[in-house]
Amino acid sequence: MEKMPKWADVVLIPIISLVLATILSALVILAIGENPVEAVNLMVTGALGSTYGWGYTLYYATNFMFTGLAVAVAFHARLFNIGGEGQAMLGGLGVAMVCLYIPWPHWSIALIAAGLGAAVFGAAWAAIPAYLQAKRGSHIVITTIMFNFIAAAFLNYMLVNVMRPQGSQDPATARFPEAVHLPTFQSMFSTAENVMFRGAPANISFFVAIIACLVVWALIWRTRLGYEIRAYGHSETGAVYAGISPVRITIIAMLISGGLAGLMAINNVMGEAERLVLNSTEGAGFIGIAVALMGRSHPFGVFLAALLFGFLYQGGAELALWTSIPRELIVVIQALVILFTGALDNMVRMPLEKLFLALRKEPQ
Amino acid sequence: MDSFVTLIQVLDSTVRLATPLLLACLAGLYSERAGIFDIGLEGKMLISAFFSAAVAAVTGSVWLGLLAGIASSLVLSALHGVASITFRGNQLISGVAINFLASGLTVLIAQSWFQQGGRTPSLFGQGRFEPINFPFAEALSEVPFIGPIYSELLSGHSILVYIAFLMVPATWWILYRTRFGLRLRAVGENPAAVDTAGVSVVGLRFAAVAICGVLCGIAGAYLATALQAGFVKEMTAGRGFIALAALIFAKWRPWHAMWACLLFGLLQAIALRFQNIDLGGIVIPVQVMDALPYILTVVILAGFVGKAVPPRAGGEPYVKER
Repeated sequence: MEKMPKWADVVLIPIISLVLATILSALVILAIGENPVEAVNLMVTGALGSTYGWGYTLYYATNFMFTGLAVAVAFHARLFNIGGEGQAMLGGLGVAMVCLYIPWPHWSIALIAAGLGAAVFGAAWAAIPAYLQAKRGSHIVITTIMFNFIAAAFLNYMLVNVMRPQGSQDPATARFPEAVHLPTFQSMFSTAENVMFRGAPANISFFVAIIACLVVWALIWRTRLGYEIRAYGHSETGAVYAGISPVRITIIAMLISGGLAGLMAINNVMGEAERLVLNSTEGAGFIGIAVALMGRSHPFGVFLAALLFGFLYQGGAELALWTSIPRELIVVIQALVILFTGALDNMVRMPLEKLFLALRKEPQ
Repeated sequence: MDSFVTLIQVLDSTVRLATPLLLACLAGLYSERAGIFDIGLEGKMLISAFFSAAVAAVTGSVWLGLLAGIASSLVLSALHGVASITFRGNQLISGVAINFLASGLTVLIAQSWFQQGGRTPSLFGQGRFEPINFPFAEALSEVPFIGPIYSELLSGHSILVYIAFLMVPATWWILYRTRFGLRLRAVGENPAAVDTAGVSVVGLRFAAVAICGVLCGIAGAYLATALQAGFVKEMTAGRGFIALAALIFAKWRPWHAMWACLLFGLLQAIALRFQNIDLGGIVIPVQVMDALPYILTVVILAGFVGKAVPPRAGGEPYVKER
């Protein structure tokens, strides 16, 4: 018998964790001598009070949807992919190569090709840790951490020594040609007399991210492969009895995960920067961990959690602009969310389970 | 002679750069040998670096700074312990959270206390660990060969460097020659057996996590008050992860940990000094040096060159039988 109704597990626990994280964050803001209520007001108006704010919120949310989905897919196979950051960096490299070295007639074809390039590069970067986990038993958490650092060094090398245009000091590629610039929300939604999302980086990849959420949902809950991934995640021995190969599932789940993390690059590299720079990922790969934990590894949960973190990021930037609270406040909130929804999950869950058991006994 | 001087200088900087790695690596060794994975070494070092520098800057005493650093690192250790031992949460996720917590809190508090863009004021005088000169170091420096080794390489480091290297035999002795060490290793391999013998698994694991906190605290304090003069944002720069890599490279053994940290320290020293290395036509870019510790660790983990097998109960929360 379930100790708790499913809705409590899916809705109540994340909300309680979020409330705890919020209370602690408010205490942190109080401790550094600022007013938490004012801070929240500023964040809400800054992130959601204008189409400009929304443009940034949705831009960040797009990044986090991809990386959150990446972590979530791996979680379903009980693999902890901390390597989203490195995979997203490599995805950026894939996008840059597709956009720079092939002349594209129109952005729509370029987007498909760049998406493929990003996913292939991201998946390739996840493939080695996946193979080592599946075949040699090397712990995937450690290898993916190591691959983040190797990716950073590799990207640094490529930008400084190979892809930097001649005469430029800046470790970055040349700008992508005009033809591959993605339509932004500004060009998509503005009317002649009313300019919307002015200057904000949100672009068409937001819709690609939503499609990715739907595809991942269908994959995990509506296909044989998804069933195998979940079965393997629940019980390895059970999966082996059912004829599911652990090696195959580990590698496939990590390839999908790496591909999704890599796909992020169509948003930040192709959509926003329109060239590849150092540190283009800005830690989005790690935020994916918080997003996946918060969203309970469900694509719809990931979608909501990504919006929440998009709001936090844009709100945090506004806070840093108008108050003396630095942007790092968001990193603290992110840490608290990971702590409560991930590591201290039992702290929230145990008392709740007791409560539900007590409630169930009473009527008899 | 010139190349000998260069060699001594590189080795000297190797010792300096290996020290924080070694302290953090031994910290991880205690924790992981007791079955608690710790990828939060980086965060604990970072928070200690900040609090040691901040307290040293305010009080002017580096020793109070060191204490504050250790205390702050212990708080994060306690958090890791509560999450992964008491509430049997995922140790890896807890470590990730601790890294972010330290990364955010240090800048937030630094900005609030000092308003210098997330750094502490520069330390000087009593606010820093000064180098200790061995007797006759000055006089012997002119002696060929032995002189530079004695006066440059061995003498002239801060006390924390010597503590770090003394911790290696100490750790070996504790782990392999004391009752506590035997139990610590046992609890990482088979906690149920330790429990059956009537020894508290929870107590042992908390003790290991606490030792880990103290050593990470010293490592962070060394970074901010001895290697450099003050705290800057993200100053650990991945050292916690290199230490973790060294720990795996050493297969969780103290003496090997020292050699692994010296090797990775040497790579850092070479990268700092030479940038791109020209080996008769083939240029090794500096990024290869940066990535080498991680690549070597992956190779070791893959088991192509001697397999690294972690403590068997590592990462598994212990549930007492009822």
